[in-house]
Amino acid sequence: MLSIKNLHASIGGKEILRGINLEVKAGEIHALMGPNGSGKSTLSAVLAGRPDYEVTEGSVTFNGKDLLELSPEDRAREGVFLAFQYPVEIPGVSNINFLKTAINEIRAYKGQTPMEAKDFLAMVKEKQKLVELDGKLANRSVNEGFSGGEKKRNEIFQMAMLEPKLAILDETDSGLDIDALRIVAGGVNKLKSKDNATIVITHYQRLLDYIVPDFVHILYKGQIVKSGTKELALELEEKGYDFIKEQVGA
Amino acid sequence: MNVLEKNTTTDKILNLIQNNTSALLGKEARDLAIEAFSNQGIPNRKSEEYKYVNMELALKGDFVFAGSKKVSAEQVASVSFLKDAVVVVIENGIFNLTLSKINSLPKGLEITNISESTSIEAFQNHFSKYADVNADTFIALNTALASGGVFVHVNKSAVIESPIHVIHIASVSENTILNPRNLIVVEENAQITIVESYVVVDSSAKAFNNALTEIVIEASAIVDHYKIQDEKDNGNLISTTQAVQKKQSVFSTHTFTLSGALVRNNLNMVLDGEYIESHLNGLYLTNGNQVVDNHTLVDHQKPNCNSNELYKGIIEDKSSATFNGKIYVRKDAQKTNAFQSNKNILLSDDGTINTKPQLEIYADDVKCSHGTSTGKLDEDKIFYLRARGLSEASAKKLLMHAFASEVVGTIKIDALREYVEAKISKRFE
Repeated sequence: MLSIKNLHASIGGKEILRGINLEVKAGEIHALMGPNGSGKSTLSAVLAGRPDYEVTEGSVTFNGKDLLELSPEDRAREGVFLAFQYPVEIPGVSNINFLKTAINEIRAYKGQTPMEAKDFLAMVKEKQKLVELDGKLANRSVNEGFSGGEKKRNEIFQMAMLEPKLAILDETDSGLDIDALRIVAGGVNKLKSKDNATIVITHYQRLLDYIVPDFVHILYKGQIVKSGTKELALELEEKGYDFIKEQVGA
Repeated sequence: MNVLEKNTTTDKILNLIQNNTSALLGKEARDLAIEAFSNQGIPNRKSEEYKYVNMELALKGDFVFAGSKKVSAEQVASVSFLKDAVVVVIENGIFNLTLSKINSLPKGLEITNISESTSIEAFQNHFSKYADVNADTFIALNTALASGGVFVHVNKSAVIESPIHVIHIASVSENTILNPRNLIVVEENAQITIVESYVVVDSSAKAFNNALTEIVIEASAIVDHYKIQDEKDNGNLISTTQAVQKKQSVFSTHTFTLSGALVRNNLNMVLDGEYIESHLNGLYLTNGNQVVDNHTLVDHQKPNCNSNELYKGIIEDKSSATFNGKIYVRKDAQKTNAFQSNKNILLSDDGTINTKPQLEIYADDVKCSHGTSTGKLDEDKIFYLRARGLSEASAKKLLMHAFASEVVGTIKIDALREYVEAKISKRFE
């Protein structure tokens, strides 16, 4: 589904990603771990198409398409979803109206007719339950005045509504208490299928108790320095990131 | 100094005035207005109050008073966006009874042609008592010339549920200066909603509309007032609203500037009583070479009053927008709460914003604040929306709506709010 080859990217002339290689297949969950500043969030931003980043080398293909050639909206329409680490507040834009616009633009891109209002509302109701999002929040302005946990739940709610093929969760666990973490992880697990894939970016192993990855990769100084299964995350938790630094001789 | 050359625009208008003076006032008052206009003249760029609007350019060339073209019922219907309203049509600055729909008015509401109102007591008590000819040259010009417009009188304790829609419609084939004059008197404890809209249709020349509305809001009265300005490229509009509020009254005024080559709004409010509430909301969307200038003055004269002002603008292309908000808090006006905010989004590098809050406070126990901001659309918000599948254009449109919604949301008439929202959508398509 996703194939990243020798990806280099920089921001403001500073190189952050220095040759990332990653293969993600449908049905898989990949965890991407690493210390602060290792390039985790940069990778997610580059995949989503944030304009500030410049790709200097390498390629990313997504279901046979050159992802890097696509605009951010076309990436979303092709099925890439980024759950933001810091979701922005957009006063005056209602959550529901914005999602309706998003869904219908995605449908138009695929040559489908707009969704019927009653089908849309039924879907909202169903997906809200999945992340235990209060109906009142869904009707408010996007993230305005939401708590940290509510913002993260709203991200997963939007993900549930948009039904992406590839979801990238950028530190979705940061700032979440254990109850909120369970709800968010429960939502992600319920959305998992053999046809979609998830990349979970996290600093801590704890989230991986709830979202169990098929593969764990450790990012350090802009490269994946070690890959393994879920046991790698446990080892990392136990020994700390210093053990990686020692291994790669930093 | 060559006085003649310096004042050519003023002289041109003074020459025109001789044969066109207003019949609404006695000779003495009229002569005072002409004198006041002559003294102040047409402002040039050196005039502090008009430095961002080039009036001499707007009045360049030959002008006549009063338009010659007729407006059709179909043209009026096309701009009657409030279905359940009492419609008053001001055609080229003159009240038109045939085009208006005022044959069955609710109890307590009187609507008359202003030129046929001079014998009415309320008219005599209030007409031209508030707009000071020496305070502004366009007030003087209007007062000297005004012959058309509407007089709206709401009786004591009358609650008028239908909005009054005053349509200022102009259609001209030669450059024309129009001077409509309206008086709205809302007696004690009465309630009314007034929508003034300004449009120019089927015109091959410039309309220069110098419109003045005086609004008298007696004790405990509630007035909801809207100005919808959409005059397109041939429209040049000076729109003065002179309001006076008595104790415990509530006045909400909303100014939406959607188009027009040059638009200058002078909104002057006098809070002459205690426990008054005043809301001033404004939204201007400018593009092309448009010039929009909002000058507001809130004069707190008595204690325990609240005023709240919010103006927002979206500026595109080479257009320019000015906001100048004066708040006076007089010595007696203790316990005043006065708030003012002006926020702008600049969408182009060539657009201009001038924003100037002016607070003059002579009382010592007051709460007053003001704030201004000018920025671009937030890139992080645009990216967030695009990352969810919205095109860049629809992301921007959504954000523009969101920005405007704080002002649009203050519109209490559903049909009017929808009308303005549709205008905004169309504008940013």
